[in-house]
Amino acid sequence: MHKFTVPIGPQHPALKEPESFNVLLSGERIMKFSARLGYNHRGIEKACEERTYIQNVYLTERVCGICSHAHSSCFVQAVEEIAGLEIPRRANYIRTLVGELERIHSHLLWLGVAGHEVGFDTLLMYAWRDREIVMDILAKLTGNRVNYGINTIGGVRRDINTDQIKDVSKAVKKLKERTEYYVRVAKEEVTLIKRLSGVGVLLPKDVLKLGAVGPTARASGIERDTRKDDPYGAYGELDFRVITDDHNDVYGRTLVRLGELLESYKMISQILENIPEGPITVKAPRKIPAGEAVSRYEAPRGENVHYVKSNGTDKPERVKIRAPTLANIQTVAKMLEDRNLADLPIVIAAIDPCFSCTDRLTLVKDVGHGKGRKMRWEDLHSHSIQWYKARGIDFSDLNKKMEKLLK
Amino acid sequence: MIGSLLSIFIFPGFLFLMVFGLSAEFIDRKLYARLQNRVGPPWFQPVADLIKLFSKEDIIPEEANPAMFKAMPILALTATITSFFYIPTWRNEALYHFNGDLIIVLYLLTLPALSYFLGGWYSTSLFSKIGAVRTLTQLFAYEVPLLMSILAPALLADTWSLTEMAVFYSAHPWYWLFNILGFFVALITLLGKLEKVPFDIPEAETEIVAGTFTEYSGRLLGLFRLSMDIELIVGASLLAAVYMPFGLAISPIFAFILFLIKVLSIVAMVSVLRTVFARLRIDQMVNFCWRYLAPFSFLQILIILALKGFLVR
Amino acid sequence: MIRPAKMIRQVLSSLFKKPATNLYPFNKFEMPDKFRGKIVFDPELCVGCKLCMKDCPAGAINIKKVGEKKFEAEFDLGKCVYCAQCTETCFKKALKFTGEFELASLDREKLKITFNAKPDDTASK
Repeated sequence: MHKFTVPIGPQHPALKEPESFNVLLSGERIMKFSARLGYNHRGIEKACEERTYIQNVYLTERVCGICSHAHSSCFVQAVEEIAGLEIPRRANYIRTLVGELERIHSHLLWLGVAGHEVGFDTLLMYAWRDREIVMDILAKLTGNRVNYGINTIGGVRRDINTDQIKDVSKAVKKLKERTEYYVRVAKEEVTLIKRLSGVGVLLPKDVLKLGAVGPTARASGIERDTRKDDPYGAYGELDFRVITDDHNDVYGRTLVRLGELLESYKMISQILENIPEGPITVKAPRKIPAGEAVSRYEAPRGENVHYVKSNGTDKPERVKIRAPTLANIQTVAKMLEDRNLADLPIVIAAIDPCFSCTDRLTLVKDVGHGKGRKMRWEDLHSHSIQWYKARGIDFSDLNKKMEKLLK
Repeated sequence: MIGSLLSIFIFPGFLFLMVFGLSAEFIDRKLYARLQNRVGPPWFQPVADLIKLFSKEDIIPEEANPAMFKAMPILALTATITSFFYIPTWRNEALYHFNGDLIIVLYLLTLPALSYFLGGWYSTSLFSKIGAVRTLTQLFAYEVPLLMSILAPALLADTWSLTEMAVFYSAHPWYWLFNILGFFVALITLLGKLEKVPFDIPEAETEIVAGTFTEYSGRLLGLFRLSMDIELIVGASLLAAVYMPFGLAISPIFAFILFLIKVLSIVAMVSVLRTVFARLRIDQMVNFCWRYLAPFSFLQILIILALKGFLVR
Repeated sequence: MIRPAKMIRQVLSSLFKKPATNLYPFNKFEMPDKFRGKIVFDPELCVGCKLCMKDCPAGAINIKKVGEKKFEAEFDLGKCVYCAQCTETCFKKALKFTGEFELASLDREKLKITFNAKPDDTASK
């Protein structure tokens, strides 16, 4: 059969954000798939170096519209760790509450988008109608529907009173019965099951090899969740399960996200019952002492990593953001090997891509030489291995453990 | 001569079909929106869309074949309009009738699918080609169940003409109840012919941009959209004439109003079916049609053959 | 039990309910209390420390001295991200946020508004 290359993107109705994929087709079978990122690069990491910490809280919030609180909290946690600040417990609880509400709104948005990609527009309309409940609650609590601006260095900016707590409980109750309806639809609607099952299969050993995170990895049975592995905020004091599934495909990812929605409702009820009294912020200095910190946060799409390096002034020296979609995009090529073209939109949508978070650039400044130079990936790889060896850290036994897991 | 020109262009020809087609599109979209808890478009939306498309410029790609590119919408439109003349609407006889016009109607209704294929193929764009090939694959899947389930009532009436079938069923009321199974099979295959969800694979927006219609714009796209609306009306009237042939022998006004009600209720059923399903993949659709629809239409034919032995003519 | 058309009941019952769409702009939409909209400036309270200018992430506010202890504020509504950080930084409480959000305009120059200093205390656009 004749082979031809179809360009999916940068502009395509299946993609919500611009990204370029080149697909080599033979009939309807995909022979080769290659991705090219970088269309959404805005220079945020460089912009962070020229603004003060308090300005950066708002700048990192605007990395992405859907996981805005995740990026802002991750950054603020890193800065607070460098400055040695211990924020009050009430502030932690409020941050976690907004984080879980954001997870709810993101997963409901994903449900609608997945329905649209398989041609099920009714699910899109119903899921997004229910998402309005969460958006209204977030507007009441934080003052805006997206880009909440609730974080500040040293705590949160707004407090929550008893009326708002009552509104949140009512909204969560309504959303719980709607989500249980969607779980029933996902388990019983035959056309949806046919479109989502057996598509985008990713075996557990591929998950470990390619380093997938978030619901993409949890749908293959790998129990990896930053909220349990490395608790931050109020998660250490909450009681919740990590949802995994054994289907290894897009259907499993749907079930994982719906299960996480139900867990979030339980967590929010616990937060609202046990929220401690106290202040909501501590005084933070304008000049952060020199140091560096890495902080991790479980965004709705997976693990979000921020690295902040400070040098004693009021502007950071380096901010590096690694978004979860960057880890998951490698798995798409593996999932689409030898599959139909009709599966491509839903497979890309199933990793919940957020290309605004993903596009960063790495420019390494070699301090000794005085001017910047570009390093290739292999040079960077060997440079990093030497750097760690010079400090006495050896990765060879970790490599042996990985070999054993992959066997 | 004047009479036939009037019937071809005004009623029940081009003008009537255009008005009825645009109103059916409005009802379909408004019902679809209300089922999804939305407001929906106002009544003049399909007319406004048509006027907008006709006022824009036609852009023909450089590598496309201009003659075929421009001819395909006209082929689709004329085929659907011509097939309407053989369907009885306000009395037992259709505008023109002869023995075998049922086959002609079914043949003319496959011409739009062929025109989608040729239009997409001669557009020479990647997405159009993929959409065009999918149209033909879908044609092979739904055409056989549709033909067989339309054959069953014709077998009972012992004729190949829609007019004679209407006469037969008016003489024997309640015989149309034997064809209920065929009605449901034909309704589902009608979704395939009209390319609506779950069978809107050739025009899957999220996969291949717009399938066959990717390169079409302006008046040509307007003609394609108009022919799709008219195809909806013609398909629904064919189903109404074959499976609901009651009330045609009474006065013309009453029969015509009954005809409008029948057609609009079939359009409403198509809308509801469109709302509750997701889109299938092409291999799943072919699988479904050959494994479930074709046996049911066989069953319908067997029922009719068994009944013919027992029934009084 | 896997069956087709699972959503049919919900979908048919929506025919008898009011649509969920809010017909904005024909229906006025009320934002909740404490929604962060346009910022207003009270020139009586300003002392000219310019800390708000330092903390603004977008550089949307500009405080100018027009006389002895008289300051006026210029806002660029196009640049402002409505984070209200300036309202918290100002320890004299000269800046407050309102709930006004319908600020779109066809002319970029109209988006630059100025709050004049006293004695004419009325803000002019």
